[in-house]
Amino acid sequence: MITAITQNVSWRCLRVWQRNATVYLKTWQVNFLPPLLEPMFFLFAFGFGLGQLLKTVSYNGTEISYLAFIAPGIISTVIMNYAFFETTFASFVRMYFQKTFDAILATPLLVEDVVTGELLWGATKAMLASCLMIIFVSFFGLLKYPSALWIIPVSFVSGLLFASIGMIFTGMVRQIEQFNFPFFLFITPMFLFSGVFFPISAMPGWVQKIALILPLTHLVIVIRQLAMNQISPFFFVSLGVLLTLTAVCFILSLVMMKKRLVK
Amino acid sequence: MNKNTVVEAKKLTKSFRDFTAVKGIDFSVAAGECFGILGPNGAGKTTTVRMVSCFMPATEGRLEVFNLPVNNFPRQIKARLGVCPQEDNLDPDLNVLQNLLVYARYFDINRKEALKRTEEILDFIGLASKKRSAIEELSGGMKRRLVFGRSLLNRPDLLILDEPTSGLDPQGRHQVWEYVAELKTSGKTFLLTTHYMEEAAQLCDRLIIMDEGKIVTEGSPAELIKKLVGRNVIEVSGYRKDLEPFLKEKNALYEKTPSRIIIFSKDSEHFFSEISQKFCDAVCNLRMANLEDVFLKLTGRDLKE
Repeated sequence: MITAITQNVSWRCLRVWQRNATVYLKTWQVNFLPPLLEPMFFLFAFGFGLGQLLKTVSYNGTEISYLAFIAPGIISTVIMNYAFFETTFASFVRMYFQKTFDAILATPLLVEDVVTGELLWGATKAMLASCLMIIFVSFFGLLKYPSALWIIPVSFVSGLLFASIGMIFTGMVRQIEQFNFPFFLFITPMFLFSGVFFPISAMPGWVQKIALILPLTHLVIVIRQLAMNQISPFFFVSLGVLLTLTAVCFILSLVMMKKRLVK
Repeated sequence: MNKNTVVEAKKLTKSFRDFTAVKGIDFSVAAGECFGILGPNGAGKTTTVRMVSCFMPATEGRLEVFNLPVNNFPRQIKARLGVCPQEDNLDPDLNVLQNLLVYARYFDINRKEALKRTEEILDFIGLASKKRSAIEELSGGMKRRLVFGRSLLNRPDLLILDEPTSGLDPQGRHQVWEYVAELKTSGKTFLLTTHYMEEAAQLCDRLIIMDEGKIVTEGSPAELIKKLVGRNVIEVSGYRKDLEPFLKEKNALYEKTPSRIIIFSKDSEHFFSEISQKFCDAVCNLRMANLEDVFLKLTGRDLKE
Protein backbone atom coordinates (compact mmCIF):
# COMPACT_ATOMS: atom_id res chain seq x y z
CA MET A 1 0.00 0.00 0.00
CA ILE A 2 2.83 2.37 0.82
CA THR A 3 4.59 1.63 -2.47
CA ALA A 4 1.35 2.44 -4.27
CA ILE A 5 1.63 5.92 -2.80
CA THR A 6 5.33 6.47 -3.31
CA GLN A 7 5.85 4.74 -6.68
CA ASN A 8 5.07 7.91 -8.62
CA VAL A 9 7.85 9.85 -6.94
CA SER A 10 10.73 10.17 -9.37
CA TRP A 11 13.99 12.09 -9.77
CA ARG A 12 11.93 14.61 -11.71
CA CYS A 13 10.93 16.13 -8.35
CA LEU A 14 14.35 17.80 -8.51
CA ARG A 15 13.01 19.94 -11.36
CA VAL A 16 10.58 21.51 -8.91
CA TRP A 17 13.40 22.00 -6.42
CA GLN A 18 15.39 23.64 -9.22
CA ARG A 19 12.50 25.93 -10.11
CA ASN A 20 12.25 27.15 -6.53
CA ALA A 21 16.01 27.59 -6.35
CA THR A 22 15.99 29.68 -9.55
CA VAL A 23 13.32 31.95 -8.13
CA TYR A 24 15.07 32.09 -4.80
CA LEU A 25 18.42 33.13 -6.20
CA LYS A 26 16.73 36.24 -7.59
CA THR A 27 15.53 37.47 -4.23
CA TRP A 28 17.48 35.69 -1.50
CA GLN A 29 18.72 38.90 0.08
CA VAL A 30 15.22 40.00 1.02
CA ASN A 31 13.81 36.54 1.62
CA PHE A 32 16.40 34.69 3.54
CA LEU A 33 18.20 36.93 5.96
CA PRO A 34 15.44 38.93 7.70
CA PRO A 35 13.73 35.85 9.17
CA LEU A 36 17.08 34.88 10.69
CA LEU A 37 17.17 38.09 12.68
CA GLU A 38 14.30 36.90 14.85
CA PRO A 39 16.07 33.85 16.32
CA MET A 40 19.18 35.97 16.82
CA PHE A 41 17.13 38.45 18.83
CA PHE A 42 15.71 35.59 20.88
CA LEU A 43 19.17 34.32 21.52
CA PHE A 44 20.36 37.74 22.68
CA ALA A 45 17.28 38.67 24.67
CA PHE A 46 16.94 35.38 26.52
CA GLY A 47 20.56 34.34 26.47
CA PHE A 48 21.94 37.56 27.87
CA GLY A 49 18.81 38.72 29.69
CA LEU A 50 17.78 35.52 31.45
CA GLY A 51 21.37 34.35 31.37
CA GLN A 52 22.16 37.03 33.96
CA LEU A 53 19.70 35.45 36.37
CA LEU A 54 20.33 31.81 35.61
CA LYS A 55 24.07 31.67 34.94
CA THR A 56 24.11 27.87 34.46
CA VAL A 57 21.60 25.17 33.71
CA SER A 58 21.91 21.53 34.58
CA TYR A 59 21.30 19.28 31.61
CA ASN A 60 21.77 15.51 31.86
CA GLY A 61 24.03 16.08 34.83
CA THR A 62 26.23 18.67 33.11
CA GLU A 63 26.31 22.32 34.05
CA ILE A 64 26.26 24.60 31.00
CA SER A 65 25.69 28.31 30.50
CA TYR A 66 22.12 29.35 29.78
CA LEU A 67 23.23 30.72 26.40
CA ALA A 68 24.79 27.36 25.46
CA PHE A 69 21.58 25.70 26.67
CA ILE A 70 19.21 27.64 24.47
CA ALA A 71 21.42 27.97 21.34
CA PRO A 72 20.68 24.40 20.09
CA GLY A 73 17.01 24.93 20.95
CA ILE A 74 16.90 28.10 18.87
CA ILE A 75 18.56 26.29 15.96
CA SER A 76 15.79 23.67 16.21
CA THR A 77 13.05 26.29 16.05
CA VAL A 78 14.70 27.87 13.02
CA ILE A 79 14.56 24.52 11.22
CA MET A 80 10.91 24.08 12.18
CA ASN A 81 9.88 27.60 11.17
CA TYR A 82 11.67 27.70 7.82
CA ALA A 83 10.41 24.31 6.69
CA PHE A 84 6.87 24.79 7.97
CA PHE A 85 6.50 28.26 6.51
CA GLU A 86 7.79 27.13 3.12
CA THR A 87 5.28 24.32 2.61
CA THR A 88 2.33 26.19 4.12
CA PHE A 89 2.20 29.83 3.00
CA ALA A 90 4.76 29.65 0.20
CA SER A 91 3.55 26.38 -1.33
CA PHE A 92 -0.07 27.44 -0.97
CA VAL A 93 0.61 30.66 -2.87
CA ARG A 94 2.31 28.70 -5.65
CA MET A 95 -0.48 26.14 -5.78
CA TYR A 96 -3.57 28.29 -5.30
CA PHE A 97 -2.84 31.83 -6.42
CA GLN A 98 -0.08 31.37 -8.99
CA LYS A 99 -1.30 28.04 -10.45
CA THR A 100 2.34 27.03 -10.68
CA PHE A 101 1.54 23.41 -9.86
CA ASP A 102 -1.06 23.27 -12.65
CA ALA A 103 1.50 24.53 -15.15
CA ILE A 104 4.03 21.92 -14.00
CA LEU A 105 1.48 19.13 -14.16
CA ALA A 106 1.14 19.66 -17.92
CA THR A 107 4.72 18.38 -18.26
CA PRO A 108 6.06 14.86 -17.59
CA LEU A 109 5.95 15.53 -13.83
CA LEU A 110 3.25 13.98 -11.66
CA VAL A 111 1.62 15.34 -8.50
CA GLU A 112 3.97 13.21 -6.37
CA ASP A 113 7.01 14.80 -8.03
CA VAL A 114 5.68 18.29 -7.42
CA VAL A 115 4.93 17.62 -3.75
CA THR A 116 8.25 15.87 -3.13
CA GLY A 117 10.11 18.69 -4.87
CA GLU A 118 8.40 21.23 -2.64
CA LEU A 119 9.25 19.19 0.47
CA LEU A 120 12.89 18.82 -0.51
CA TRP A 121 13.02 22.55 -1.14
CA GLY A 122 11.54 23.26 2.30
CA ALA A 123 14.13 20.91 3.85
CA THR A 124 16.91 22.61 1.91
CA LYS A 125 15.91 26.05 3.11
CA ALA A 126 15.69 24.77 6.68
CA MET A 127 19.13 23.26 6.40
CA LEU A 128 20.65 26.45 4.96
CA ALA A 129 19.09 28.54 7.72
CA SER A 130 20.35 26.07 10.29
CA CYS A 131 23.87 26.30 8.84
CA LEU A 132 23.86 30.07 9.13
CA MET A 133 22.71 29.80 12.75
CA ILE A 134 25.41 27.21 13.43
CA ILE A 135 28.05 29.56 12.08
CA PHE A 136 26.60 32.46 14.05
CA VAL A 137 26.47 30.70 17.41
CA SER A 138 29.88 29.15 16.83
CA PHE A 139 31.36 32.63 17.10
CA PHE A 140 30.31 32.52 20.74
CA GLY A 141 31.81 29.08 21.22
CA LEU A 142 28.43 27.55 21.98
CA LEU A 143 28.89 24.34 19.98
CA LYS A 144 31.29 21.44 20.47
CA TYR A 145 33.00 20.23 17.32
CA PRO A 146 33.16 17.89 15.48
CA SER A 147 29.95 16.36 16.86
CA ALA A 148 28.07 19.60 16.13
CA LEU A 149 28.62 19.03 12.41
CA TRP A 150 26.04 16.24 12.63
CA ILE A 151 23.47 18.96 13.18
CA ILE A 152 23.63 19.69 9.43
CA PRO A 153 22.22 16.37 8.15
CA VAL A 154 19.82 16.31 11.09
CA SER A 155 18.59 19.74 9.92
CA PHE A 156 17.79 18.38 6.48
CA VAL A 157 15.89 15.34 7.73
CA SER A 158 13.96 17.26 10.36
CA GLY A 159 13.39 19.98 7.79
CA LEU A 160 11.75 17.31 5.66
CA LEU A 161 9.62 16.34 8.66
CA PHE A 162 8.31 19.85 9.32
CA ALA A 163 7.91 20.49 5.60
CA SER A 164 5.79 17.34 5.36
CA ILE A 165 3.65 18.40 8.32
CA GLY A 166 3.17 21.80 6.66
CA MET A 167 2.22 20.14 3.40
CA ILE A 168 -0.41 18.02 5.17
CA PHE A 169 -2.07 21.27 6.28
CA THR A 170 -1.71 22.70 2.77
CA GLY A 171 -3.63 19.67 1.55
CA MET A 172 -6.45 20.57 3.91
CA VAL A 173 -6.93 24.33 4.16
CA ARG A 174 -9.46 26.10 1.92
CA GLN A 175 -8.19 29.64 2.39
CA ILE A 176 -4.76 30.91 3.25
CA GLU A 177 -6.03 32.49 6.50
CA GLN A 178 -6.72 29.02 7.87
CA PHE A 179 -3.00 28.51 8.35
CA ASN A 180 -3.47 30.56 11.50
CA PHE A 181 -4.76 27.40 13.18
CA PRO A 182 -1.65 25.24 12.79
CA PHE A 183 0.59 28.22 13.53
CA PHE A 184 -1.10 29.19 16.78
CA LEU A 185 -2.21 25.75 17.91
CA PHE A 186 0.80 23.74 16.84
CA ILE A 187 3.89 25.80 16.06
CA THR A 188 3.62 28.32 18.91
CA PRO A 189 2.99 25.70 21.65
CA MET A 190 5.91 23.67 20.35
CA PHE A 191 8.10 26.73 20.39
CA LEU A 192 7.27 27.25 24.08
CA PHE A 193 6.91 23.72 25.48
CA SER A 194 9.53 21.63 23.70
CA GLY A 195 12.44 22.36 25.96
CA VAL A 196 13.88 25.21 23.92
CA PHE A 197 14.05 27.79 26.74
CA PHE A 198 13.97 25.53 29.80
CA PRO A 199 14.38 21.81 30.42
CA ILE A 200 11.05 20.02 30.09
CA SER A 201 11.80 18.40 33.44
CA ALA A 202 10.97 21.81 34.96
CA MET A 203 7.32 21.38 33.99
CA PRO A 204 4.53 19.37 35.67
CA GLY A 205 4.49 15.66 34.83
CA TRP A 206 1.49 15.77 32.52
CA VAL A 207 3.01 18.63 30.52
CA GLN A 208 6.17 16.58 30.15
CA LYS A 209 4.13 13.72 28.73
CA ILE A 210 2.52 16.03 26.19
CA ALA A 211 5.91 17.48 25.34
CA LEU A 212 7.16 14.01 24.47
CA ILE A 213 4.65 13.65 21.66
CA LEU A 214 5.74 16.94 20.07
CA PRO A 215 8.29 16.48 17.27
CA LEU A 216 10.20 19.63 18.21
CA THR A 217 10.96 18.16 21.67
CA HIS A 218 12.83 15.30 20.05
CA LEU A 219 14.63 17.58 17.62
CA VAL A 220 15.77 19.78 20.51
CA ILE A 221 17.07 16.72 22.38
CA VAL A 222 19.01 15.48 19.34
CA ILE A 223 20.51 18.84 18.42
CA ARG A 224 21.34 19.78 22.02
CA GLN A 225 23.18 16.54 22.67
CA LEU A 226 25.10 16.91 19.40
CA ALA A 227 25.94 20.50 20.29
CA MET A 228 27.22 19.44 23.73
CA ASN A 229 28.81 16.25 22.43
CA GLN A 230 27.05 14.31 25.17
CA ILE A 231 25.06 11.50 23.68
CA SER A 232 22.68 9.82 26.12
CA PRO A 233 20.75 6.62 25.28
CA PHE A 234 17.61 8.71 24.90
CA PHE A 235 19.30 10.46 21.96
CA PHE A 236 18.67 7.39 19.83
CA VAL A 237 15.06 7.17 20.91
CA SER A 238 14.51 10.77 19.83
CA LEU A 239 16.35 10.23 16.58
CA GLY A 240 14.21 7.17 15.89
CA VAL A 241 11.05 9.14 16.63
CA LEU A 242 12.15 11.87 14.21
CA LEU A 243 12.97 9.43 11.41
CA THR A 244 9.73 7.51 11.85
CA LEU A 245 7.64 10.67 11.93
CA THR A 246 9.42 11.93 8.82
CA ALA A 247 8.52 8.80 6.87
CA VAL A 248 4.93 8.80 8.11
CA CYS A 249 4.33 12.51 7.47
CA PHE A 250 5.97 12.38 4.06
CA ILE A 251 3.59 9.64 2.93
CA LEU A 252 0.63 11.36 4.53
CA SER A 253 1.45 14.63 2.76
CA LEU A 254 1.54 12.83 -0.59
CA VAL A 255 -1.87 11.33 0.12
CA MET A 256 -3.39 14.63 1.21
CA MET A 257 -2.03 16.62 -1.70
CA LYS A 258 -3.00 14.01 -4.26
CA LYS A 259 -6.50 14.08 -2.86
CA ARG A 260 -6.53 17.82 -3.16
CA LEU A 261 -5.00 18.18 -6.63
CA VAL A 262 -6.34 15.15 -8.49
CA LYS A 263 -10.10 15.31 -8.58
CA MET B 1 -7.22 1.45 -33.05
CA ASN B 2 -5.86 3.10 -36.13
CA LYS B 3 -2.19 4.04 -36.25
CA ASN B 4 -3.17 7.54 -37.32
CA THR B 5 -5.45 8.05 -34.37
CA VAL B 6 -4.03 10.44 -31.82
CA VAL B 7 -6.86 10.46 -29.29
CA GLU B 8 -9.47 7.77 -28.87
CA ALA B 9 -12.24 8.00 -26.27
CA LYS B 10 -14.81 5.30 -25.70
CA LYS B 11 -17.70 5.73 -23.28
CA LEU B 12 -15.61 8.34 -21.52
CA THR B 13 -17.28 9.40 -18.27
CA LYS B 14 -16.28 11.77 -15.51
CA SER B 15 -18.26 12.05 -12.31
CA PHE B 16 -17.53 14.33 -9.42
CA ARG B 17 -19.02 13.92 -5.99
CA ASP B 18 -22.29 15.62 -6.80
CA PHE B 19 -22.59 15.65 -10.58
CA THR B 20 -21.49 13.97 -13.79
CA ALA B 21 -19.64 16.36 -16.09
CA VAL B 22 -19.02 13.99 -19.00
CA LYS B 23 -21.52 11.26 -19.73
CA GLY B 24 -20.08 8.42 -21.78
CA ILE B 25 -18.81 10.18 -24.88
CA ASP B 26 -17.08 8.57 -27.88
CA PHE B 27 -14.78 10.50 -30.16
CA SER B 28 -11.45 10.19 -31.88
CA VAL B 29 -8.93 12.65 -33.21
CA ALA B 30 -6.88 11.75 -36.30
CA ALA B 31 -3.27 12.81 -36.81
CA GLY B 32 -2.91 16.15 -38.51
CA GLU B 33 -6.43 17.36 -37.98
CA CYS B 34 -7.83 20.16 -35.90
CA PHE B 35 -10.58 18.71 -33.81
CA GLY B 36 -12.94 21.03 -31.99
CA ILE B 37 -15.08 20.56 -28.92
CA LEU B 38 -17.84 23.12 -28.81
CA GLY B 39 -20.47 23.65 -26.22
CA PRO B 40 -21.98 26.18 -23.89
CA ASN B 41 -20.43 26.83 -20.47
CA GLY B 42 -20.67 23.73 -18.31
CA ALA B 43 -21.03 21.35 -21.24
CA GLY B 44 -18.03 19.27 -20.16
CA LYS B 45 -15.49 20.57 -22.70
CA THR B 46 -12.78 21.47 -20.22
CA THR B 47 -13.31 18.30 -18.20
CA THR B 48 -12.84 16.31 -21.40
CA VAL B 49 -9.60 18.01 -22.38
CA ARG B 50 -8.34 17.79 -18.81
CA MET B 51 -8.75 14.04 -18.98
CA VAL B 52 -6.92 13.93 -22.31
CA SER B 53 -4.11 16.02 -20.78
CA CYS B 54 -3.77 13.45 -17.95
CA PHE B 55 -4.86 16.02 -15.34
CA MET B 56 -7.69 13.95 -13.99
CA PRO B 57 -8.53 10.28 -14.28
CA ALA B 58 -11.70 9.18 -16.05
CA THR B 59 -14.40 7.67 -13.85
CA GLU B 60 -15.35 5.18 -16.52
CA GLY B 61 -14.61 4.33 -20.10
CA ARG B 62 -11.42 4.11 -22.09
CA LEU B 63 -9.15 6.93 -23.12
CA GLU B 64 -6.01 6.51 -25.18
CA VAL B 65 -3.63 9.19 -26.38
CA PHE B 66 -0.90 8.23 -28.88
CA ASN B 67 -2.24 4.68 -28.51
CA LEU B 68 -1.32 4.68 -24.82
CA PRO B 69 -3.90 4.43 -22.03
CA VAL B 70 -3.79 7.69 -20.06
CA ASN B 71 -3.96 6.00 -16.67
CA ASN B 72 -0.81 3.98 -17.18
CA PHE B 73 1.42 6.28 -19.21
CA PRO B 74 0.82 9.86 -18.11
CA ARG B 75 4.51 10.83 -18.24
CA GLN B 76 5.06 9.44 -21.73
CA ILE B 77 1.89 11.09 -23.01
CA LYS B 78 2.50 14.44 -21.37
CA ALA B 79 6.03 14.56 -22.80
CA ARG B 80 4.42 14.78 -26.26
CA LEU B 81 1.58 17.17 -25.41
CA GLY B 82 1.45 20.92 -25.58
CA VAL B 83 -1.19 22.23 -23.21
CA CYS B 84 -2.60 25.71 -23.37
CA PRO B 85 -4.97 26.04 -20.41
CA GLN B 86 -7.91 28.35 -20.06
CA GLU B 87 -6.35 30.24 -17.16
CA ASP B 88 -2.96 31.83 -17.62
CA ASN B 89 -0.62 29.96 -15.34
CA LEU B 90 2.64 31.63 -16.21
CA ASP B 91 5.13 31.74 -13.37
CA PRO B 92 4.90 35.27 -11.92
CA ASP B 93 8.13 34.73 -9.98
CA LEU B 94 10.09 34.52 -13.24
CA ASN B 95 10.49 36.81 -16.24
CA VAL B 96 9.44 35.95 -19.81
CA LEU B 97 12.68 34.23 -20.79
CA GLN B 98 12.99 32.36 -17.49
CA ASN B 99 9.40 31.18 -17.79
CA LEU B 100 10.34 29.37 -20.98
CA LEU B 101 13.73 28.13 -19.79
CA VAL B 102 12.40 26.74 -16.50
CA TYR B 103 9.50 25.12 -18.35
CA ALA B 104 11.94 23.51 -20.79
CA ARG B 105 13.69 21.91 -17.78
CA TYR B 106 10.52 20.06 -16.85
CA PHE B 107 10.80 18.36 -20.25
CA ASP B 108 14.51 17.62 -19.78
CA ILE B 109 15.50 19.84 -22.67
CA ASN B 110 19.14 20.74 -22.16
CA ARG B 111 20.05 24.37 -21.70
CA LYS B 112 21.63 24.91 -25.11
CA GLU B 113 18.66 23.45 -26.93
CA ALA B 114 16.26 25.29 -24.63
CA LEU B 115 17.90 28.62 -25.43
CA LYS B 116 17.63 27.90 -29.13
CA ARG B 117 13.96 26.93 -28.95
CA THR B 118 13.19 29.86 -26.70
CA GLU B 119 14.60 32.31 -29.25
CA GLU B 120 12.54 30.70 -32.02
CA ILE B 121 9.38 30.77 -29.97
CA LEU B 122 9.80 34.36 -28.82
CA ASP B 123 10.22 35.40 -32.44
CA PHE B 124 7.22 33.36 -33.50
CA ILE B 125 4.92 34.90 -30.90
CA GLY B 126 6.41 38.37 -31.30
CA LEU B 127 7.71 38.73 -27.75
CA ALA B 128 11.45 38.82 -28.47
CA SER B 129 11.63 42.40 -27.22
CA LYS B 130 9.91 41.45 -23.95
CA LYS B 131 12.42 38.79 -22.97
CA ARG B 132 13.40 40.44 -19.69
CA SER B 133 9.95 41.70 -18.78
CA ALA B 134 8.17 40.54 -15.67
CA ILE B 135 4.97 38.64 -16.33
CA GLU B 136 2.85 41.29 -14.63
CA GLU B 137 4.10 43.87 -17.13
CA LEU B 138 2.57 41.94 -20.03
CA SER B 139 -0.87 42.69 -21.44
CA GLY B 140 -3.54 40.02 -21.41
CA GLY B 141 -2.90 39.26 -25.06
CA MET B 142 0.85 38.94 -24.56
CA LYS B 143 0.33 36.54 -21.66
CA ARG B 144 -1.93 34.40 -23.79
CA ARG B 145 0.65 34.35 -26.57
CA LEU B 146 3.37 33.39 -24.10
CA VAL B 147 1.27 30.53 -22.73
CA PHE B 148 0.76 29.42 -26.31
CA GLY B 149 4.46 29.70 -27.05
CA ARG B 150 5.33 27.81 -23.89
CA SER B 151 3.17 24.90 -25.04
CA LEU B 152 5.41 24.58 -28.13
CA LEU B 153 8.67 24.13 -26.18
CA ASN B 154 8.66 20.33 -26.25
CA ARG B 155 7.73 20.30 -29.97
CA PRO B 156 4.49 18.50 -29.15
CA ASP B 157 2.66 16.13 -31.47
CA LEU B 158 -0.70 17.13 -30.07
CA LEU B 159 -1.62 20.64 -28.99
CA ILE B 160 -4.49 21.00 -26.57
CA LEU B 161 -5.96 24.49 -26.61
CA ASP B 162 -8.66 25.14 -24.04
CA GLU B 163 -10.49 28.29 -25.11
CA PRO B 164 -7.30 29.81 -26.48
CA THR B 165 -8.83 33.14 -27.45
CA SER B 166 -11.31 33.86 -24.68
CA GLY B 167 -10.72 37.36 -23.38
CA LEU B 168 -8.60 38.44 -26.34
CA ASP B 169 -9.25 41.45 -28.52
CA PRO B 170 -9.94 40.84 -32.24
CA GLN B 171 -6.29 41.37 -33.14
CA GLY B 172 -5.16 38.91 -30.54
CA ARG B 173 -7.72 36.38 -31.61
CA HIS B 174 -6.72 36.58 -35.26
CA GLN B 175 -3.10 36.29 -34.25
CA VAL B 176 -3.76 33.00 -32.44
CA TRP B 177 -5.69 31.73 -35.44
CA GLU B 178 -2.72 32.56 -37.63
CA TYR B 179 -0.41 30.59 -35.33
CA VAL B 180 -2.69 27.59 -35.41
CA ALA B 181 -3.03 27.74 -39.21
CA GLU B 182 0.73 27.98 -39.55
CA LEU B 183 1.39 25.07 -37.21
CA LYS B 184 -1.25 22.99 -38.92
CA THR B 185 0.66 23.13 -42.17
CA SER B 186 3.60 21.58 -40.33
CA GLY B 187 1.41 18.59 -39.53
CA LYS B 188 0.55 19.13 -35.86
CA THR B 189 -2.66 17.80 -34.44
CA PHE B 190 -4.96 20.08 -32.47
CA LEU B 191 -7.63 19.49 -29.90
CA LEU B 192 -9.43 22.75 -29.31
CA THR B 193 -12.33 23.85 -27.18
CA THR B 194 -14.12 27.07 -27.84
CA HIS B 195 -17.45 28.74 -27.67
CA TYR B 196 -16.67 31.10 -30.52
CA MET B 197 -18.36 29.65 -33.54
CA GLU B 198 -16.36 31.75 -35.94
CA GLU B 199 -13.19 30.31 -34.44
CA ALA B 200 -14.42 26.75 -34.80
CA ALA B 201 -15.58 27.35 -38.38
CA GLN B 202 -12.19 28.84 -39.26
CA LEU B 203 -9.94 26.31 -37.59
CA CYS B 204 -11.64 22.97 -37.15
CA ASP B 205 -11.66 20.19 -39.69
CA ARG B 206 -14.04 18.26 -37.56
CA LEU B 207 -15.90 19.04 -34.38
CA ILE B 208 -18.31 17.78 -31.82
CA ILE B 209 -20.90 19.88 -30.07
CA MET B 210 -21.39 18.95 -26.43
CA ASP B 211 -24.24 19.85 -24.15
CA GLU B 212 -24.73 18.71 -20.57
CA GLY B 213 -21.94 16.17 -20.81
CA LYS B 214 -23.09 14.51 -24.00
CA ILE B 215 -22.21 14.83 -27.66
CA VAL B 216 -25.17 16.24 -29.56
CA THR B 217 -23.65 16.21 -33.02
CA GLU B 218 -20.45 15.56 -34.89
CA GLY B 219 -19.04 16.50 -38.31
CA SER B 220 -17.20 19.15 -40.28
CA PRO B 221 -18.47 22.71 -39.85
CA ALA B 222 -19.83 22.87 -43.43
CA GLU B 223 -21.50 19.47 -43.11
CA LEU B 224 -23.19 20.41 -39.87
CA ILE B 225 -24.53 23.67 -41.24
CA LYS B 226 -25.89 21.97 -44.33
CA LYS B 227 -27.37 19.07 -42.42
CA LEU B 228 -28.89 20.96 -39.55
CA VAL B 229 -29.92 24.41 -40.71
CA GLY B 230 -29.62 24.52 -44.48
CA ARG B 231 -27.84 27.03 -46.61
CA ASN B 232 -29.49 30.26 -45.60
CA VAL B 233 -31.25 31.78 -42.64
CA ILE B 234 -33.90 34.46 -42.59
CA GLU B 235 -33.98 36.64 -39.52
CA VAL B 236 -37.06 38.76 -38.94
CA SER B 237 -37.41 41.25 -36.15
CA GLY B 238 -40.57 43.24 -35.70
CA TYR B 239 -42.70 40.61 -37.43
CA ARG B 240 -46.43 40.68 -37.88
CA LYS B 241 -48.60 38.33 -35.92
CA ASP B 242 -49.66 36.37 -38.97
CA LEU B 243 -46.09 35.31 -39.81
CA GLU B 244 -46.19 32.34 -37.48
CA PRO B 245 -49.36 30.80 -38.90
CA PHE B 246 -47.91 31.36 -42.35
CA LEU B 247 -44.72 29.49 -41.45
CA LYS B 248 -46.70 26.67 -39.91
CA GLU B 249 -48.75 26.38 -43.03
CA LYS B 250 -45.60 26.24 -45.16
CA ASN B 251 -44.12 23.66 -42.79
CA ALA B 252 -41.01 25.77 -42.36
CA LEU B 253 -38.43 25.16 -39.65
CA TYR B 254 -38.16 28.19 -37.44
CA GLU B 255 -37.25 29.36 -34.00
CA LYS B 256 -38.88 32.12 -32.04
CA THR B 257 -37.21 34.40 -29.53
CA PRO B 258 -38.95 37.27 -27.73
CA SER B 259 -37.86 39.76 -30.38
CA ARG B 260 -37.13 37.74 -33.50
CA ILE B 261 -38.09 34.83 -35.66
CA ILE B 262 -35.30 32.83 -37.25
CA ILE B 263 -36.29 30.73 -40.23
CA PHE B 264 -34.17 27.89 -41.59
CA SER B 265 -35.04 27.26 -45.16
CA LYS B 266 -33.61 25.42 -48.13
CA ASP B 267 -35.28 27.48 -50.87
CA SER B 268 -34.80 30.77 -49.22
CA GLU B 269 -34.65 33.50 -51.87
CA HIS B 270 -38.21 33.05 -52.92
CA PHE B 271 -39.41 32.59 -49.41
CA PHE B 272 -37.50 35.65 -48.29
CA SER B 273 -39.10 38.05 -50.73
CA GLU B 274 -42.51 36.82 -49.72
CA ILE B 275 -41.84 37.25 -46.03
CA SER B 276 -40.13 40.60 -46.33
CA GLN B 277 -43.04 42.00 -48.34
CA LYS B 278 -45.94 40.57 -46.43
CA PHE B 279 -44.91 39.99 -42.83
CA CYS B 280 -42.10 42.27 -41.89
CA ASP B 281 -42.39 45.77 -40.44
CA ALA B 282 -38.83 46.41 -39.32
CA VAL B 283 -35.74 44.42 -40.23
CA CYS B 284 -35.73 41.31 -42.31
CA ASN B 285 -32.41 39.72 -43.26
CA LEU B 286 -31.38 36.90 -45.48
CA ARG B 287 -27.93 35.61 -44.63
CA MET B 288 -25.72 32.55 -44.94
CA ALA B 289 -26.31 29.98 -42.28
CA ASN B 290 -23.41 29.64 -39.88
CA LEU B 291 -22.18 27.43 -37.11
CA GLU B 292 -23.76 29.65 -34.51
CA ASP B 293 -27.18 28.75 -35.90
CA VAL B 294 -26.29 25.07 -35.56
CA PHE B 295 -25.03 25.64 -32.07
CA LEU B 296 -28.04 27.55 -30.83
CA LYS B 297 -30.41 25.17 -32.49
CA LEU B 298 -28.84 22.18 -30.77
CA THR B 299 -28.02 23.60 -27.38
CA GLY B 300 -30.92 26.00 -27.01
CA ARG B 301 -31.02 29.69 -26.33
CA ASP B 302 -31.41 29.54 -22.57
CA LEU B 303 -28.52 30.64 -20.43
CA LYS B 304 -26.67 27.63 -19.16
CA GLU B 305 -25.48 28.87 -15.81
